[in-house]
Amino acid sequence: MDAKLSVRNVYKIFGPHPKRALEMVRQGLGKDEIFEKTGMTVGVSDASFDIREGEIFVVMGLSGSGKSTMVRMLNRLIDVTAGSVLLDGRDITSMSRKELIEVRRREISMVFQSFALMPHQTVLQNTAFGLDVAGVPRAEREARALEALDAVGLKPNADSYPDELSGGMKQRVGLARALAVNPGVLLMDEAFSALDPLIRTEMQDELLRLQSEHARTVVFITHDLDEAMRVGDRIAIMQAGEVVQVGTPEDIVRNPANEYVRSFFRGVDVSQVFSAGDVARRDQVTIIERPGVSVRAALSRLEEHDRSLAVVHDKRRRFEGVVTSDSLLSCLRGLARDDDGRIEQAFVKDIEPARADAPLADVMSLAAESPWPVPVVDDEGRYVGTISKAALLQTLNRSDQGEE
Amino acid sequence: MDLPIGEGISAAVDFMLEHFQGAFDFFAAILKFLTGGLTDLLGWLPAWVVIVVLAGLALWRVNWKFALFVVAALGVVLGMQLWEQTMETLALVLAAAIVALGLGLPLGVAMAKSDLVAAVLRPVLDFMQTLPAFVYLIPAAMFFGLGQVPGAIATVIFSMPPSVRLMNLGIRHVDVENVEAGRAFGCNPFQLLFKVELPLAMPSIMAGINQTIMLGLSMVVIASMIGAGGLGNTVLTGIQRLDVGLGFEGGLGVVVLAIILDRLTQSFGQAGRKDSPLGRLKKLFGGEGSERTPT
Repeated sequence: MDAKLSVRNVYKIFGPHPKRALEMVRQGLGKDEIFEKTGMTVGVSDASFDIREGEIFVVMGLSGSGKSTMVRMLNRLIDVTAGSVLLDGRDITSMSRKELIEVRRREISMVFQSFALMPHQTVLQNTAFGLDVAGVPRAEREARALEALDAVGLKPNADSYPDELSGGMKQRVGLARALAVNPGVLLMDEAFSALDPLIRTEMQDELLRLQSEHARTVVFITHDLDEAMRVGDRIAIMQAGEVVQVGTPEDIVRNPANEYVRSFFRGVDVSQVFSAGDVARRDQVTIIERPGVSVRAALSRLEEHDRSLAVVHDKRRRFEGVVTSDSLLSCLRGLARDDDGRIEQAFVKDIEPARADAPLADVMSLAAESPWPVPVVDDEGRYVGTISKAALLQTLNRSDQGEE
Repeated sequence: MDLPIGEGISAAVDFMLEHFQGAFDFFAAILKFLTGGLTDLLGWLPAWVVIVVLAGLALWRVNWKFALFVVAALGVVLGMQLWEQTMETLALVLAAAIVALGLGLPLGVAMAKSDLVAAVLRPVLDFMQTLPAFVYLIPAAMFFGLGQVPGAIATVIFSMPPSVRLMNLGIRHVDVENVEAGRAFGCNPFQLLFKVELPLAMPSIMAGINQTIMLGLSMVVIASMIGAGGLGNTVLTGIQRLDVGLGFEGGLGVVVLAIILDRLTQSFGQAGRKDSPLGRLKKLFGGEGSERTPT
């Protein structure tokens, strides 16, 4: 229902007799074998996935994995050998040339790795290119192009020529050109790969900002894992023409489908991939729901569970504080014999809960300094779980497991 | 062994002479109209008008130094009493270039778009370009008699290949991503050609046009052997009379034309984008205008 673009069993074979090689692929022969026998190259083999409305869908793989071919089949710059690509349920692969041109003019636009701006046109004319081609009258297309330029912060440069701009600015123009036609789907082919790292991060932020203002369906091609993790709502990983795994960044880091996928994450800074909420666990500590709980009762609960730490939250799970057996005991000692005490009196001081959406990197120092696990709360203050040192180390260690 | 290639060609020419005279006459009529019209026009214009126009072009496209050179060089031509011949040659070169480009540029596009056309045309072009220029004179004279028209035709054939080749090369070398961008934004083939490929291939196309004009100029001199007239005639007379001075004067006239045509056509190949005539004018007057406007 909410699949904007659907890729169904798509194959692409480069060579003079694709049907023959297709037969061989379907019989299960490998890419190298087919090349040896026929000289034909299998670009993409049996790719299927759905891209949801409004998400940034990243296709990641090394060069030669077929990701650039894949994205070009979505707007049919490259024809598929077999299979279908559905845009809102309409099959792009079987459209007439005329329909296809209409789709390209109104529904799918593209951003290119080396910008692909027209050097003889001004920034404004470049931005209006898609509208010009579609026959939009000059006044209207310039107004819309200016709007798109404004969105990427380049309105003042409208009359410049591309060679007067820096790489980052050029790609902003490329982005504005794609946005000006107000497409339902935005294809970005290694759009930021040619930029230097600082500018690249800036452009990623820009994309995320634009996306937060107006969620489009974006298909983002990259070979850079950090980039994929940063911008992607979901990631498809391609290997030798096949889609080997599709999932959220966390899914993929947690359960890599094979050695190839795992190898991507080797050396990845996991602390940047995961947020505190991803690592927080709820089964490590005893939970105490506050009303009516006395210090004495809390202590007996802890002893019963053989734990030394308890998190206290209210009925609506709002985080209140943390008690330990030590804090409870020392609190009891200060109380009169007949006073059971109120649990607030026993809260351990200086325990600040971490926010669930904070990167793990920010939580690491908290966890390292505190003798206790760090409690994690969501943005409404509700308790999510705790992060113990052991859990933290285990997560950080995960990326190294593949090497054993 | 004696291969009768020459005989075959002669027979073919005879055959064509007999059966396609109509087509040749039509082609000749176009060229005659062009060369005749241009010769009349340039001959009718007073010398100073031509000099002012060319110097103006030089000032606009190149710089004031070159404009000064144009004035001085054409002054020398005028002083050598070779003005009439120079204008004849210029008319012939321009007419031949118009026809050569009119045929060559579309052929270049076809060659870029189709590998088959390219495969067929490439050897033909090689042939056209490497066959000694004099050889064209014989059939040209046979088909069209003597005079300006056959001279122009031989020039067209000899000078066309670079514009075909460089058009083809220019389009084929347009950045793949630019072409993809054109297609991705919904260009039809016509839009792709005119909005993306031709503008991006422009430097190469202009180089081809420049080459065609320069080759045309060199051929026009040779074509004087079949009565094309102009500066070539002067040179030819110099050779026949062993008159070094006359030959040199004629040669100097050709050099002057060559330099002017070369620099002017080259200037159109470089960064033509901002220098549309209107843009230049705006710039020229824009500065003044903005000073006048109170801020």
